[in-house]
Amino acid sequence: MTDRFGGTDRYIATPDLEMAVNASVTLGRPLLIKGEPGTGKTQLALEVARSLDRPIFEWHVKSTSKAQHGLYEYDAVSRLRDSQLGEARVADIRNYIVRGKLWEAFASEVQPVLLIDEIDKADIEFPNDLLRELDRMEFYVHETRELVQARHRPVIIITSNNEKELPDAFLRRCFFHYIRFPDAETMQRIVEVHHPGLKRELLAEALGAFYRVRETPGLKKKPSTSELLDWIKLLLAEDIPPEALRSDDPKKSIPPLYGALIKNEQDVHLFEQLVFLSRRTR
Amino acid sequence: MLVRFFLGLREAGVPASVTEFLSLLRALEARVASLSAQEFYWLGRMALVKDERHFDRYDRVFAEHFAGAERAFAALMADVPPDWLKSLAERLFTEEERRKVESLGGWDKLLETLRERLREQKERHEGGNKWIGTNGTSPFGSGGYNPEGVRIGSQGQRQRRAVKVWEAREYRNLDDRRELGTRNLKMALRRLRRFAREGAADQLDLDGTIDATARNAGWLDLKLVPERRNAVKVLLLLDIGGSMDDHVRACEELFSAARSEFKHLKTFYFHNCVYESLWQDNRRRHSARTSTLELLRTFNPDWRVVMVGDATMSPHEIVQPGGSVEHWNDEPGTAWMQRLTAHFPRLAWLNPEPEERWEWTPSVGMLRELVGGRMFPLTLEGLDRATTSLRRAGAASPGGRPPGNGPVGAGPSGPFSPSPTRP
Repeated sequence: MTDRFGGTDRYIATPDLEMAVNASVTLGRPLLIKGEPGTGKTQLALEVARSLDRPIFEWHVKSTSKAQHGLYEYDAVSRLRDSQLGEARVADIRNYIVRGKLWEAFASEVQPVLLIDEIDKADIEFPNDLLRELDRMEFYVHETRELVQARHRPVIIITSNNEKELPDAFLRRCFFHYIRFPDAETMQRIVEVHHPGLKRELLAEALGAFYRVRETPGLKKKPSTSELLDWIKLLLAEDIPPEALRSDDPKKSIPPLYGALIKNEQDVHLFEQLVFLSRRTR
Repeated sequence: MLVRFFLGLREAGVPASVTEFLSLLRALEARVASLSAQEFYWLGRMALVKDERHFDRYDRVFAEHFAGAERAFAALMADVPPDWLKSLAERLFTEEERRKVESLGGWDKLLETLRERLREQKERHEGGNKWIGTNGTSPFGSGGYNPEGVRIGSQGQRQRRAVKVWEAREYRNLDDRRELGTRNLKMALRRLRRFAREGAADQLDLDGTIDATARNAGWLDLKLVPERRNAVKVLLLLDIGGSMDDHVRACEELFSAARSEFKHLKTFYFHNCVYESLWQDNRRRHSARTSTLELLRTFNPDWRVVMVGDATMSPHEIVQPGGSVEHWNDEPGTAWMQRLTAHFPRLAWLNPEPEERWEWTPSVGMLRELVGGRMFPLTLEGLDRATTSLRRAGAASPGGRPPGNGPVGAGPSGPFSPSPTRP
């Protein structure tokens, strides 16, 4: 078991990201990750767990999530139902306390990695309700009057898509890292990790076409890393030659299979229009 | 030394706290970073800056502190966006001058002179001269912060030299909003909330369950209802540039508050008056515009429209085709304002100018009439009145009446007024 994260064979981490992860592992502080969708925020937690050889607990937050869901839930309804059926287990309230992800992570035998995914999806008060739990790594179960404490401070990775502002008190307890969109060179390394042995020529052409699409002004959703990887997978499956991606051929200046890159109907329309215009001006 | 750096950050507007500073020191103690400037830069940013919009300020303070360059605050001031420069030029063209020119040659002449003045300003500012100088800022000074010069380097090199990272200031574009004390505004906006039960039934309906169980002769029969959620939709139209520069702070506060308060919030910008197109991103205001007709088609009358602007302009800009200060508009602003008010029955205009000054500017009166008297000052009290007006159906708006504190406005806005949508 190592203590330093340095990217994996499936995940390319920039040096600043590596340091952010290592600092939060060393100091036991949650790490808040932001960035464009599709830049591998969620993937980071999985890869950290894999590379440090730790168990991972994933807590995917939804708009209906409450902080309590992560700690535990008291399933009063099934207890009521059991009592009507005269079951013996009704007597012990502990049978109806359902553990949440945070509790499971706290109870882990070795230091685990806990992913709190898309924390901004929940209500404004959600992060505030977790302050004490993240700070002291303990919480109180009122039904059984027991205090749950973490055996090992978990490595906590929190992702956010910036849909809501997070409260200051919460931010102060975290380290923060913003994943920038990778530059061409990093992108090349990322693609090579996912598709080893890809022809250099095809890769160069594909990346060129990809960044051209990304630069198109007015796109509602710019294609991101995950879309690029899907697209390359498709290109390989269809066995498209590199020449087809070159844009100086006016008849083929729309990259093939662009549906994998552009996900929005209006964007597709805009893109086709732009290509049409640029052909006319040639 | 680090304390000075920390204080410098706070002075430049990065909301870093002592806790965060201490955790940076602990991280340094734990030898998380090696002794390189690059790693210290990353570590400090990670520990002290919690919002990518503040990265640029961090970069500037870092560069200043570790290069011993000029004070960062001057650099902050020097970072004037191009639009702002332009608006300053517009503002220099005083009311008095306008009147004078108008009396001399009328509207066409006015346009021409305005164009001339703008051209003149452009030359002056390139020469690096006094109208900027008197303000004590030098937009394109020694820092070399040419707006065109620095771009997000997607084609850039991966391994930059250490110093370059913060000097490149890649997060410059992100620093466009401010997070301020917005609690009060949030509380005022909260009154706009409208709760409705929507979506999957996942909450226990206690009353329904008791009722159904009783009917079931004591056998439990669970009833579930969907959760109550805030279903109000708000379209925020903000006036930007020109005379609105004085009110940027108030608008930013309102925007921050609205952003966290409403799930359905769309923001568009306009300049002085609404014409045939609006834009969503001020950096691309000329390339990516949304047609106002499209806006009317996209958003149904359910949306509540909040317009924010000082409504201070020449009356030409409202009533005259071609009156816009920025472009040629075929139809006058009145036509577009009427379309907006006809489509959206629930609309309010927030004016950051103090209410006492409204009557001194004819354009304020005209726009107030166009929105059916629903113009309110951008104060907490005015916001309260605006939300009250927005909660009502469009027909019940106090049409034409001055929005005073009289019994008309106060009656239905009481805390116990019944709300038809609350279940």
